[in-house]
Amino acid sequence: MSKFGGSNNKKEVPAMTSSSLSDIVFMLLFFFMVTTQMRETENKVVVKTPEASEVVKLERKDLNSYINIGTPTKQYQAQYGTDARIQLNDSFRTTDDIRDFIAAERESKSEADRQFMTVSIRADQDVRMGIVTDVKQELRRCSALKIMYSARKPGKD
Amino acid sequence: MGSKKKVPAMNTSSTADIAFLLLCYFLMTTTMGSQTGLSRRLPPMPEKDQKVEDTKVNRRNIIQVRINSQDRILAGSEPLDISQLKDKIKEFLTNPANDPNLPDKEVKEIEGFGPYAVTKGVISLQNDRGTSYQAYISVQNELVKAVNELRDDFSMKNYGKKFAFLDEEKQTIVKACIPQPISEAEPKDVAKKR
Repeated sequence: MSKFGGSNNKKEVPAMTSSSLSDIVFMLLFFFMVTTQMRETENKVVVKTPEASEVVKLERKDLNSYINIGTPTKQYQAQYGTDARIQLNDSFRTTDDIRDFIAAERESKSEADRQFMTVSIRADQDVRMGIVTDVKQELRRCSALKIMYSARKPGKD
Repeated sequence: MGSKKKVPAMNTSSTADIAFLLLCYFLMTTTMGSQTGLSRRLPPMPEKDQKVEDTKVNRRNIIQVRINSQDRILAGSEPLDISQLKDKIKEFLTNPANDPNLPDKEVKEIEGFGPYAVTKGVISLQNDRGTSYQAYISVQNELVKAVNELRDDFSMKNYGKKFAFLDEEKQTIVKACIPQPISEAEPKDVAKKR
């Protein structure tokens, strides 16, 4: 073995070091940690956002609260039917609960950021406007006026 | 004296596995892809006692875009297809021939640009409760597209660049010259206005 042998012994090809492998993987890990965000809620309604070509990107994801509107997913249909429902955080709610929801969301943002809070309405493309109008009216009543209609670029999913 | 044994280097081959596990965890629990959408500002809820004053918008300055429960579109007084809506709105907002039936313009002093005749036109969007969300968003999209194209034209003419490539200061100027006057008042309110 070269370990114990003299200096003029032929050296063996050393095994490939795999120590840098972990560094590479950690780099990947950090990349994903920075670029992604936690999936905060489980979707209980099916939302396929409508298409729009003029969409803009949302600047501050952390200042965003979501109101999901759509038909309940399969496992909840027995309980809640197939009519469009509103989902706030993790549960089915009605328009009356929006006020509390907005208040809670406001509370969770820092004071300086509160005015920039955006409410993102994620509604399914087949939802009727009646329920969306109700939500909008309620938002106006709570003076959460900055809203965003979630939409996606055509050709992307 | 026996031969001194070297302390063997710690086996690091498993750190990669641990890191992979972590990586997989993050891949599963997080979402990528940025949120996109159409940004809007809702009008504040009117107070009970201050209702009448600001509803007096001159008739020529307002265009009503209505979508009924069959997703048909009515702009002004004529039904039209969604593909025609953009040009209609552009004509409404620019009023190139100074038609007395199309909106008035008001010369405003824009900071950093000078006087510019800004249109007073307002697009009022009304929908039925039975309108589908997709139709509503497509109409919104056409309205935004009309405004964006006007902004692009304006930027090309004055700065030789598209709106998106201008710096922030100039974008504010363009925005001031060509506002995005979309009002989404509730259906009942606007219906009363007529």
